[in-house]
Amino acid sequence: MNTAADTVVPEKLVTADGTPLKVSLARARRRARNRALMLVAPLFLFILVTFFIPIFSMLFRSVENNIVPDTLHRTAVAIQGWDESGDEIPSEEVFEALHADFVEGYENKSIGQPGRRLNYEKPGFSSLFRKSGRRATKMEPPYKEAFIKVSKDWGDVAYWRVLKRESGNYTKAYYLSALDFSYDEEGNVMKNPGKESIYVTLFWRTMWMSMLITVLCLILAYPISYLLSTLPARTSNLLMILVLLPFWTSLLVRTSAWIAILQQEGVINDILVWFGFLADDNRLAMIHNQVGTIVAMVHVLLPFMVLPLYSVMKNIPPSYMRAARSLGANPFTAFVRVYMPNTVPGIGAGAILVFIISIGYYITPALVGGQSGTLISNYIAYHLESSLNWGLAAALGAILLGLVLALYLLYDRIVGIDNMKLG
Amino acid sequence: MKKLITQTVLATAVAGFAVNAASAEDWVVVSWGGAYTASQQNAYHEPWMKMHPDINIINDDSGSGALAKLRAMVEAGNVTWDLVDVVASDAIVACDEGLAVEIDHDNDLLPAPDGTPASQDFGDLIVSPCFIPQIVYSTTFGYRTDLVGDTPPTTINDVFDLEKYPGKRSLEKRPVNNLEWALIADGVAPEEVYEVLETDEGVERALAKLDTIKDHVVWWEKGAQTPQLLADGEVIMGSTYNGRLFSVIEEEKQPVAMLWDWQVFDLDGWIVPVGSPHEAEVMEYLKFATDTQRLADQAKYISYGPARKSSAPMVGKHAELGIDMAPHMPTSPDNAKNTLLYNFEFWADNIDDLTEKFQAWLAQ
Repeated sequence: MNTAADTVVPEKLVTADGTPLKVSLARARRRARNRALMLVAPLFLFILVTFFIPIFSMLFRSVENNIVPDTLHRTAVAIQGWDESGDEIPSEEVFEALHADFVEGYENKSIGQPGRRLNYEKPGFSSLFRKSGRRATKMEPPYKEAFIKVSKDWGDVAYWRVLKRESGNYTKAYYLSALDFSYDEEGNVMKNPGKESIYVTLFWRTMWMSMLITVLCLILAYPISYLLSTLPARTSNLLMILVLLPFWTSLLVRTSAWIAILQQEGVINDILVWFGFLADDNRLAMIHNQVGTIVAMVHVLLPFMVLPLYSVMKNIPPSYMRAARSLGANPFTAFVRVYMPNTVPGIGAGAILVFIISIGYYITPALVGGQSGTLISNYIAYHLESSLNWGLAAALGAILLGLVLALYLLYDRIVGIDNMKLG
Repeated sequence: MKKLITQTVLATAVAGFAVNAASAEDWVVVSWGGAYTASQQNAYHEPWMKMHPDINIINDDSGSGALAKLRAMVEAGNVTWDLVDVVASDAIVACDEGLAVEIDHDNDLLPAPDGTPASQDFGDLIVSPCFIPQIVYSTTFGYRTDLVGDTPPTTINDVFDLEKYPGKRSLEKRPVNNLEWALIADGVAPEEVYEVLETDEGVERALAKLDTIKDHVVWWEKGAQTPQLLADGEVIMGSTYNGRLFSVIEEEKQPVAMLWDWQVFDLDGWIVPVGSPHEAEVMEYLKFATDTQRLADQAKYISYGPARKSSAPMVGKHAELGIDMAPHMPTSPDNAKNTLLYNFEFWADNIDDLTEKFQAWLAQ
């Protein structure tokens, strides 16, 4: 279509069919880029569908509160005019809206859901809604008296304050409970008393235990990897199988083996008692506590440290050490000043692998952790599976994700993420 | 030779495919696994499949995580389960959340042989309109007969008495039952337990009582743990479901005995998931599987009491051991002198709040 212009300006380069070379080139490049994109598209879609969308929709539950304004839509509007700072319960108008919502909710069997949701904020809502649901269909006005007749809780201003506070589409209540805060009777946010706080303690415990496990893994894995990388291939392959064999064994089998070894009637205690180091009634408690969690998790995660370290060490030319020695360093200095700095990429990769895996670990702590050895992930699992409080589980998960990202950035600052070698 | 093998493999594959194609319908029934699922298989599923050769019942042992999975299925609009076995408190939650179908007990289920309608035969065990009761079980204590000295424990107070019975105890790692037992052992009248527990002071009091034995408790989460701990001698007494203790005592012949004092009754039964693939047929199956005879049959395989009043006189002998099952039922008069019924109303409201308090107390 540009042919007219092209003939006017003959010095412009054109292709055989008359299009300017620049346009044609751009078109060819675009086609190539699109083709490349098409190759990546399945993977991109796969990650989007199986990773990002589920994770974000789950995390979104930590602030989502649709269930209350959806099922109690008339009440949620009517209650906005009520002043919650006084001691008066809402007017008949709000109760009328409540009645209409209950009748509708009872018909389509959805009235139990806001009851369950509000019960997280104030125990008692669940049975209050269940009780009132059936009776609401037979109520006669005035509804205020009728509701209070079903349960005197409807006359309690505390319930109405919670209902008004949680009548919006979004809530911060889950994050507050995840950080051990709660609302008092008047609706002020306050810290839970020490003996009722639970999650912050667990976040700290998860952090320091994961760090300790990472350090222990490093201390154990470093000499093993060194040995593996310096031995002749035949022996080192044999030893490598010994490292990999537990790695291929089922996690449950390995954890159960630790139970058999560490429990009070277990192998270690039996041996210690037999040799007379321990009295029979004074056996060591090594399982169902933090010791058990740490021992079992270090064992389970050790290969994740050994493998990156080994692959990095394998590639450090032995001539470096010889050069350092010939330049006058003693073996220790040569090792610390020349060999160790070369292994930093392996240490970084191994440490970050072990740390991030252990921060989200929950099967092993659940089996051998007892009370003092459980981690935050065990509570996330509990809220997902047992209490069905998915909002709180999502809030705990989001905080954990935030903590991991923060630590990752910190790591990037200090060590540098480019300086990491996975193999 | 190689050709022969190939042909055999092919033939087997084709035959297998043909068999699969012939069995028209697979039902997925979710339950707790182990001896419990086996008892349902023997008492309900096998006879039903014999009567209906076109139906194949597949057992799914999702048990404890069933509610969460069911909710995920209903939210995704892809329910693959036909029938789910849950404890009564979970049935209440499922009903509230709109995950289970409401049952018209008198029309959907068969009356007792004497004509009593189902709703009266089950009585107040129908704790939720979505729930069909199946068994009554109890959570109670077992103790090692060889580790408690010459005077075996007889009351719940003995669980809290470290002087008389030194040694470890195992308790469930949740507030339910433990708080009630602690209050009773602390002198609260059993009928006032829940009134006391509704106040913060009452909860404090129960936890203070538990504090006295806290250092001597192994906390369990799965029903199989206490029997194992008892068999290993890791604990001298512990709470668990009565059926588990029955198999430790009668099947494995361990030196363990039951302490029935203040056993807590709970119920287990069926819910039909909303949007289940074969709802109408499953309702037919439920008519059969929850009739008086079938419920009594289940007690031949496991020591849980049938939920229908009319089934009680029909409870016979254990199918393999040949012992009379009636004395092993939690509902038998000798065992049921002091009992509590799980307070569904109270726990539905307070489980989340008290679990958090209990866990925080544990973590101290």
